Amino acid sequence: MNRIYMDNAATTRVTEPVMEAMAPYFCEIYGNPSSVHSYGRESRKAIETARRQVAQALGAQAGEIYFTGCGTESDNWAIRGAAYARKSKGRHIITSQIEHHAVLHTCAQLEKEGFEVTYLPVDEYGIVHPDSLEKAMRDDTVLVTIMAANNEIGTIQPIEELAKIAHSHGCLFHTDAVQAIGSIPFDVNAMGIDMLSLSGHKFHSPKGIGALYVKNGVKIERLMQGGAQERTQRPGTENLASIVGLGKAIELATQDIPSHNAALCALRDRLIDRILTEIPETRLNGHRSQRLPGNVNISFRYIEGESLLLSLDIKGIAASSGSACTSGSLDPSHVLLAIGLPHEIAHGSLRLSLSEENTLEEADFVVESLKQIVDRLRAMSPLYNAK
Amino acid sequence: MYTEQVMDHFMNPRNVGEIENADGIGKVGNAKCGDIMQISIKVENDVITDVKFKTFGCGAAIATSSAATEMVLGKTIDEALKITNKMVVDKLGGLPPVKLHCSVLAEEALHAAIQDYRNKQNGVQSAEETVPMV
Repeated sequence: MNRIYMDNAATTRVTEPVMEAMAPYFCEIYGNPSSVHSYGRESRKAIETARRQVAQALGAQAGEIYFTGCGTESDNWAIRGAAYARKSKGRHIITSQIEHHAVLHTCAQLEKEGFEVTYLPVDEYGIVHPDSLEKAMRDDTVLVTIMAANNEIGTIQPIEELAKIAHSHGCLFHTDAVQAIGSIPFDVNAMGIDMLSLSGHKFHSPKGIGALYVKNGVKIERLMQGGAQERTQRPGTENLASIVGLGKAIELATQDIPSHNAALCALRDRLIDRILTEIPETRLNGHRSQRLPGNVNISFRYIEGESLLLSLDIKGIAASSGSACTSGSLDPSHVLLAIGLPHEIAHGSLRLSLSEENTLEEADFVVESLKQIVDRLRAMSPLYNAK
Repeated sequence: MYTEQVMDHFMNPRNVGEIENADGIGKVGNAKCGDIMQISIKVENDVITDVKFKTFGCGAAIATSSAATEMVLGKTIDEALKITNKMVVDKLGGLPPVKLHCSVLAEEALHAAIQDYRNKQNGVQSAEETVPMV
């Protein structure tokens, strides 16, 4: 069976050029980058090349990039590191209700430690409004952390405006850009970003590698104690091959963002338009245009998301849902609830997330499959009265 | 994550639908939690001669509804009342722990349908809208 992968917001395939770039760094070039000898120097050189590649993709300097184990670690480090470093100045942090759990649960932990956190609401499209940030700012606010783009509904935030407000109050601005790399062009200086988290496996590098950008002059506390790696800020022997892969992958992902986005938007809009017009009682979650080029999130009334995913999987289609049943909790996605969806409609949501490897034929096959599946499940649903 | 039996009942559910002029209807669960099950039964001489279900819910919810209806068809009311959620789960070859509550819902929907039938026999008003919502 030909399978169709439309869960690229969950993770992506490591592409061949990335794999090729990494290949020598297992059996041939394997020295500890901290070693003095030639083996170590070869490894060190590869890491510094990757660091420059990441810096270039963000408009940053190499010395502002720190490699981490994943996006979650980057978020934890940025938020807790900044909170601890600035706690004598104040203990108030502002974030949004629709952040990834890597941010929300980190903030919740800080609340237990005596910090105060304001969770900004979003509008029906998932947008954080700058005036709501302005109103929430306090004298003791030390950090604002708002994601660049949402992982579930793809909404892109006005981070430049938000950063400006944070700075006007003497506050740091961090953004979780895990979903945005390769779709939004970043220039951290022009955009006023003090810290930025990213994760390699969202743009075709391996899992288990991330990075944190920290602007020169911004002091954050390190979370781990150990060796002198990453300029003493993030101890632990470097994940050499994955760092090389991350460098190559971010270079490829950011070399031509406009044409990448144009191709994805065409596919995305084809999916959205066909589903909304050909399947009754559906709604698009998130903003129609201020959204990631690869994100489709639609609610199908009267059916539940997990049964939709299972049915798609049987046809070889990989997707995801904001239904509670797929998360193991009783509540549907906090993002869908924050944009005001009633529980029963949130349970029936489907996320299709695209990569440049998806085709128009695949998109059409997904729509045709969805039509059959939704019909079948609605016929079984006690909430649905066929008209 | 699901057994072959669960997937079989999910893809080829038995007894889907509603019975016209049913002798008993049970509807449990709520949309907020993402699961609603409705079971309707036809009873002749104390034997369940027809049973249909409609379910809004996950794969496990649909499979347990289907399996439960298959188990009660042709049974007397007393026999049907002895069917527990564990028996439904066993018939399906097991469920992931987080999905066990779905099997409870199937048992409750069946009991609610039987209660509704008994109420009608005793001249009590339909209990369809007053069954416990879990």
